[in-house]
Amino acid sequence: MSTPDLDPRLHAGALDHRDDHAPGDEPLEDVGHWVRNANLGLGFSIVLTVAAFLLAGSNIIYAPAVPVALIVLAIAQMGVHLVFFLHITTGPDNTNNVLALAFGVLVVALIVVGSIWIMDHLNQNMMPMEQLMRMQP
Amino acid sequence: MTYTGLPASVEAIRRVRQDPHRLGHRAHGPGEPVEGTGHGGTGPASKRIIVGYGFWIFLLSDIVIFACFFAAFAVQRGATAGGPTIGEIVDIRRVGFETAALLLSSYTCMLSFAATNARNRLWTEIFLLLTGLLGLVFVALELWEFVELAGRGITPQRSGMLTSFFGLVGLHGLHVTLGGLWLATMMAQVLLKGFRREIIHRLICFNLFWHALDIVWIGIFTIVYLMGSGA
Repeated sequence: MSTPDLDPRLHAGALDHRDDHAPGDEPLEDVGHWVRNANLGLGFSIVLTVAAFLLAGSNIIYAPAVPVALIVLAIAQMGVHLVFFLHITTGPDNTNNVLALAFGVLVVALIVVGSIWIMDHLNQNMMPMEQLMRMQP
Repeated sequence: MTYTGLPASVEAIRRVRQDPHRLGHRAHGPGEPVEGTGHGGTGPASKRIIVGYGFWIFLLSDIVIFACFFAAFAVQRGATAGGPTIGEIVDIRRVGFETAALLLSSYTCMLSFAATNARNRLWTEIFLLLTGLLGLVFVALELWEFVELAGRGITPQRSGMLTSFFGLVGLHGLHVTLGGLWLATMMAQVLLKGFRREIIHRLICFNLFWHALDIVWIGIFTIVYLMGSGA
């Protein structure tokens, strides 16, 4: 029922190091490579997550700096996931993936920063509530 | 001129040792075209690359949707309308367990793909099952949280902050639930159809989806829960 499963080019040896890679995929690597990557990713993620949870509930560092520290930890952990779980690298076989990711990050940044910026200014420029109430007929 | 460089062959060996995969030194331009690279000479890239890359584009646009919900929450954060603030509805312990469940499920998901690459059907199924169970734990914890909040009269219609809170967290929970259904389908397909090429393509996509959900959850537990609990 199931046809020969491997990519025939893998047998023919036609799949070489010049092939592009899809994200999360490295067809030529052995199991040890995957397991090692998974272990590293899990290890780094646990360290970063525990650090974030410890920081949030304590006053180890200067309190007003906690949100910034949390965001830095979150971005670091996203990087760990991208590298170890999604296998995004800087190699030329990954150029397309990185470019798509860069565009995604740009759009996300525009949406989030733009929304916060615009809505904050609208809020600042709005008439105070009691004044607004007084203007009601 | 007394300087003599290394012989060319030694130089080449040194380069291969430092960079065994030849990253950054890939031949471009002239040179014989390689089948399946999608560089124009020999037709399109292989299906495996096209499927994975297309799904990557879908995931990025999905993350843009999440970004809209994040922006809504960031803007509505203080709009409590006299109701509970975000700090009053966060249970850090439960969020810790949710995070642990999702992170471990990401780990077992990757191990399942390692087993897939080794064409080991049993371990693929075992790790997929573990992934699904951990995902189920996550969804159950989140449902428990929502039910508990609703019991205290904290529902989406209470305030702008709660609307965006339930919207963002609920959208992620919905993704995990649908991902769980997909996972069950993939387990059945691996069982019945084996490692056919298109099945492996689907497994690649499922892995990407599951890892992307974990990345979104990092944003949620940091921005909504941890930063909320301090505020």
